[in-house]
Amino acid sequence: MNATVRVSVVALLCLAAAACAKKQEVKSTPPPEAPTATAPATTEGAFTPADLQSNACLRTRVIYFDFDKSEIQSQFNDIVACHAKYLRDRPMARMTIEGNTDERGTREYNLGLGERRGNALASALEAAGASASQIKVVSYGEERPVCREHNEGCWHQNRRDNIVYTAE
Amino acid sequence: MRIPKLLLALMLAVLAALFATQASAQGLTVQIVNGVPSAIPITVVPLGQQGSGPASPVDVAQIVSMDLDRCGKFRTLPTSEIVQSPTTGAQIKFATWQQLKQQYIVVGTTSYDGGVLKADYQLWDVAKQQMLLQNTVARQGSDLRRVAHEIADQIYQKIIGVRGAFDTRIAYVTMVGLGDNAQYALVVADSDGYNPQTVVRSHEALLSPTWSPDGTELAYVSFEGGNSAIYIQNIATGARRLVSSRPGINGAPRFSPDGKKLAVSLSFQGNPEIYVMDLATGALTRLTHNLAIDTEPSWTPDGQNIIFTSDRSGKPQLYEIPAGGGSPQRITFQGQYNADVAVDYDGKKLAMVQGNGNVYRIAVMDRSTGGQEIFVSPGNLDDSPSWAPNASMLLYAATEGPRGVLYSVSADGRVRQRLVLSDGDVREPAWGPYRNP
Repeated sequence: MNATVRVSVVALLCLAAAACAKKQEVKSTPPPEAPTATAPATTEGAFTPADLQSNACLRTRVIYFDFDKSEIQSQFNDIVACHAKYLRDRPMARMTIEGNTDERGTREYNLGLGERRGNALASALEAAGASASQIKVVSYGEERPVCREHNEGCWHQNRRDNIVYTAE
Repeated sequence: MRIPKLLLALMLAVLAALFATQASAQGLTVQIVNGVPSAIPITVVPLGQQGSGPASPVDVAQIVSMDLDRCGKFRTLPTSEIVQSPTTGAQIKFATWQQLKQQYIVVGTTSYDGGVLKADYQLWDVAKQQMLLQNTVARQGSDLRRVAHEIADQIYQKIIGVRGAFDTRIAYVTMVGLGDNAQYALVVADSDGYNPQTVVRSHEALLSPTWSPDGTELAYVSFEGGNSAIYIQNIATGARRLVSSRPGINGAPRFSPDGKKLAVSLSFQGNPEIYVMDLATGALTRLTHNLAIDTEPSWTPDGQNIIFTSDRSGKPQLYEIPAGGGSPQRITFQGQYNADVAVDYDGKKLAMVQGNGNVYRIAVMDRSTGGQEIFVSPGNLDDSPSWAPNASMLLYAATEGPRGVLYSVSADGRVRQRLVLSDGDVREPAWGPYRNP
């Protein structure tokens, strides 16, 4: 048993390292759940890639949805605005929006619902001046939950769009 | 609070990975959940040994009994109550079995020579003291259990009057590990979960496997390229081809009954719509035109119509449209949420996921009785219904605590059997067609 535990811990470290390494090339670390104090960024100078790490608003890369809904809630307007400004300021920047759902309902229908959520954010970014050519939407439906319990607290965390910059 | 959770998840992933190397990869354990007292009583006597060769490596009588039990129509006598062991009709003492209130009795012998398992059996009516069936079944190699499934099929057909579906296969998806360590596999197994064979593995999600009508191929959705894509893969050779990786969703494949077409849901023209793809040419015919989610197409057995899920009325409901194009008609009106239809072999029974509030169950609608519905699963997160080719049973996926499990359930909902993966999730079951001899 001790041996097993030790093997587990060693494997755990390896896996954790591998996970981080993989994450950096594919997507940035998950942000805090709620937007923190938002910087009034729009009137100042153009964003640079460094701001993706330092600006509190740009560091927020997830927005959440109500059950079976794909409307962007007003509490996320600031996040939409700062990411749209980044895309305006950086025409070479590219973004993938990953649409996700909770586990309720069928997997294929949830693929559609996840795409609808991704498209809702893409439309909002475009309405705020981003170019459609900068944004790609991928739906994972219910296949990539961040939380695996069967309750509303968990489902809420899974009904989300993740923003992933593929070019900064 | 977040960090310990993440650590815990990683620990679980590590443990799962450790166990995965020890346990047989995708083996399912089988448990009968409940039985039906009114089912037909039948005794399958342990088969005697023929000749002096080695004993049969599989317990034919036990496999036949398990098959008959799980379809809900039979109730076999437990081995502990089988007090006599006749192996021929002449040895049956009918008074004993009448006293045990048995309606039928199966006796016989097996031989196992040179890797070939041969079973000679007889089916007798206990009250009439009359032989109903006598046959010899033989198989070799990895097909030994099929001897028992074929016997069960023949008994089923003789007594029920419908072809049995025990000697069939099922496909399902397994998932071991979490997050970036997740390992998915598409697996094909016997209808009772034995003889699992991995068709494809992936680090990204696999879903919606579906059988070609001749049972040689599976179509499925894979995220291995970063987005959903539809593949068709030959089960025996492993050869596969990509049939759709357009921008947006490539989902919900279903072969037409003649195997020449594939109904799919694609969103490259803006939002998920139903298309029919000609598999010889790849040409697409678009069937639906609206802003709703249209997905999960399924053919009627005559190939004339397609039933699909659409939320054009607000919530998902089932609609039917001519396969060559036309006007869709809504066909479900009970329940807030109806999706992922499975059509049985004669088109009369539609199984679907029905959601009411937070409870999702498998409902069966009988179109021959004006759309009466029964629930065949208890919920709360049941999905992915799939009919046996004779519609005697259904497979579906359920969530129990943290894990996904499969159930087979008799068509009347009264007998359920759980199929559990030793280490991880099992989901997305698809029952294959009858097997060719």
